[in-house]
Amino acid sequence: MSPRQTPSQTVGPFFAYGLAPEQYGYRFTSIADHAVASPATEGERVRIIGQVFDGEGTPVPDALLEFWQANAHGRYNHPADDRKDNLLDPEFKGFGRIGTGTSADASFHIDTVKPGAVDGRQAPHINVVVLMRGLLTHAFTRLYFSDEETLNAADPILAQVPEDRRATLIAKQDETLAGNVYRFDIHMQGERETVFFDI
Amino acid sequence: MDWSSHPAHVYRDYKSTVLRGPTKPLVAIDHTLSELTGPVYGQDSIGPLDADLTKNGQRNGEPLGERIIVTGRVVDENDRPQANTLIEIWQANAAGRYIHEIDQHDAPIDPNFLGAGRCVTDAAGRYRYMTIKPGAYPWGNHHNAWRPNHIHLSLFGPSFTSRLVTQMYFPGDPLLELDPIFHGVPEGARDRLISSFAIDVTEPQYALGYEFDIVLRGPNATPLEI
Ligand SMILES: [Fe+3]
Repeated sequence: MSPRQTPSQTVGPFFAYGLAPEQYGYRFTSIADHAVASPATEGERVRIIGQVFDGEGTPVPDALLEFWQANAHGRYNHPADDRKDNLLDPEFKGFGRIGTGTSADASFHIDTVKPGAVDGRQAPHINVVVLMRGLLTHAFTRLYFSDEETLNAADPILAQVPEDRRATLIAKQDETLAGNVYRFDIHMQGERETVFFDI
Repeated sequence: MDWSSHPAHVYRDYKSTVLRGPTKPLVAIDHTLSELTGPVYGQDSIGPLDADLTKNGQRNGEPLGERIIVTGRVVDENDRPQANTLIEIWQANAAGRYIHEIDQHDAPIDPNFLGAGRCVTDAAGRYRYMTIKPGAYPWGNHHNAWRPNHIHLSLFGPSFTSRLVTQMYFPGDPLLELDPIFHGVPEGARDRLISSFAIDVTEPQYALGYEFDIVLRGPNATPLEI
């Protein structure tokens, strides 16, 4: 008989020194942080900011978010994306991680480049894993961009989301802030509950 | 997701799930390149002491507690070894105290124990790390609630779909029967989280050995109907 999957368990409240030690000030190196792109990465710089809200609308101060994205050409830095177009950017892994526990308002931010359209069919998007105390199995979602209306309208994954819930996946460009900033709030529950995917 | 292996998002006995677990139906999607890829971390992502938690936090001596060796294989559901895969590790010290500033448990901090580490699987999917057996600790979920001894583990696996964060438990722990986090897992899958004592891993005059195999979702696994 083939082996069965090891079950998921919550990341708990004390993940900081294991998974985001430098952000939280522990003496251990981090494998990833809020800086998804380095200065050498090609592409349009964007900052994503946001908060994670629980079912009472309270910001969650002990969530950990992970971001996985294609580069500015829509290529993933992974062997399964084996297109022979030489558009891989070796300066860009495409992974970021940040906890919500180091800012007074339990917010997060990542600095990255806007991903290109993926596989010629999908609108630019960032894949997101949500982990926290109280989540026994992590949740998957996606972040799309508010200024990509045409590509969003043709995106095959967004098309599988009930129309009245699609807005929960769209990060909104915030023109009141300096730089190219998008706000992406995650609602775990309630009327505006973020769409989470079963993948 | 194989929901016969993984906990549902809301499990009332674990109180924090009630306001934090998604309640609307998850949207099932086909896998695209976005789900079939994921960050790759291998041997180059760890430092020389990362796999020895008895050494990587030392300031002026040895950490206190029972030294243990934990080893096992990381495979997928087709029993294929997952080589060169990063495992991130974090845990409480022997007294059940996390170094984390929000841990208010009134047990001693060990100045020589950090409680965080990493290791990478070899070509056969095998991993091995040294640590101190973590203590049980109280938590506020219900009256007289104590977490069983456990080590937190995080793995990416080959793609975004195989991401796994879990906890490894120890055999014979009487607290398991009372732990809502452990019981959030479907009944038939719970024993996969319990390591086994292994005399052949145990090193004479030095440390007890435990085996814990980790099975990640395979590339061809079809998600079960919910
Ligand atoms: Fe814990």
